[in-house]
Amino acid sequence: MQIKILGSGCPNCNRLEVNTRLALEQLGLEAEVTKVTDMAEIMSYGVMSTPALVVNDEVLLAGQASSPRAVAKILVR
Amino acid sequence: MIESFASWATAAVFGAEASMWADSFRFFVFETVKIGALLLVITHIMGAVNAFFPVERVREVIASGRLRGLEHLGASVFGAVTPFCSCSSIPLFLGFLQGQIPLGVTFSFLITSPLVNEVALALFLGMFGWKVTLTYAVSGILLGTLLGWALGKFRLERYVEDWVWKIAEKRPAGALRSPIHSLRAISSEAFGIIQKIGVYVLVGIGVGSLIHGFVPTGFFESFLNESNPLGVPLSVAIAVPMYASASGVIPVVQALVAKGVPLGTAMSFMMATVGLSLPEALILRKVMRPRLLGVFFGSVALSIVGLGYLFNLVY
Repeated sequence: MQIKILGSGCPNCNRLEVNTRLALEQLGLEAEVTKVTDMAEIMSYGVMSTPALVVNDEVLLAGQASSPRAVAKILVR
Repeated sequence: MIESFASWATAAVFGAEASMWADSFRFFVFETVKIGALLLVITHIMGAVNAFFPVERVREVIASGRLRGLEHLGASVFGAVTPFCSCSSIPLFLGFLQGQIPLGVTFSFLITSPLVNEVALALFLGMFGWKVTLTYAVSGILLGTLLGWALGKFRLERYVEDWVWKIAEKRPAGALRSPIHSLRAISSEAFGIIQKIGVYVLVGIGVGSLIHGFVPTGFFESFLNESNPLGVPLSVAIAVPMYASASGVIPVVQALVAKGVPLGTAMSFMMATVGLSLPEALILRKVMRPRLLGVFFGSVALSIVGLGYLFNLVY
């Protein structure tokens, strides 16, 4: 599983990263989490509100930091 | 109901005796409960609207040409209903240009988005009632519409930073499939907003309460009345650096109005605190050359001053 956090480095983006790592830990999943701060790459996903959560190149969340539980729910789908 | 609760709480703390402290305290309890409830309701409604109609969809609607010439108005209205976060300004700006949306229409959205937002609406509704709130929202939306339209007339594209156009040329790889939103996520987002501004609102209501209790009625009329022509621009100039506490400013201003500050002057003051933020300007500097940034913020400031005079004439 490849996870990308899209965001320019605002507090919410960091929160989403932390929450995603927590969610992975809770689920006992292994994944590669990378942060994408390059605007050109962020925009290539068609996202207009950050932070966004991209799993295997699919945008699953945009514009909210979410809780670890909510992220976990999204990841198991 | 809230009124009687506030009176009961005041009597419990201060006894039956009337005093300036008791007056302030009653006001504080009343306003805090009322505004807390309004914030709760409005942030949830706006969160739900945003979940089912995210900005990515807004862009689609505007770019599709279905608004038939009403793009500026449409962008302005959408700007009003989407929750504003200055950290999303850049992706928003880029996203609009990427969708081949003209710069003027993008400006309409960018002007209204911070100016008419859920927190300001909740506070206005609580402090000034629905008439003033409606006036504020409608004039904010019209300001965004007209100013975006006017700015679109001057080919300002050349003052947008070059790298922006390089990104805007590339079409997004895939259409965004609707991201997942749950009621819980909407709610936690709403509480997040309230948490972020809560302290400012409480401090604002606190200061407002003290003004209500201690400052004599009509106190400000002597030096800040309608016939003082410098009142409006001066209040806008003071307001711009106050962004961080915008949510705390509204309750204070309400108290000032109750003590004789003209409503028009107060309105333009609040519009400037809410709509013109220094942090947003610094963020937008990344995509706009200084001249464009100056034109953008300068014209919004001037329009707010104009609106202030207009309000003073009407009220």
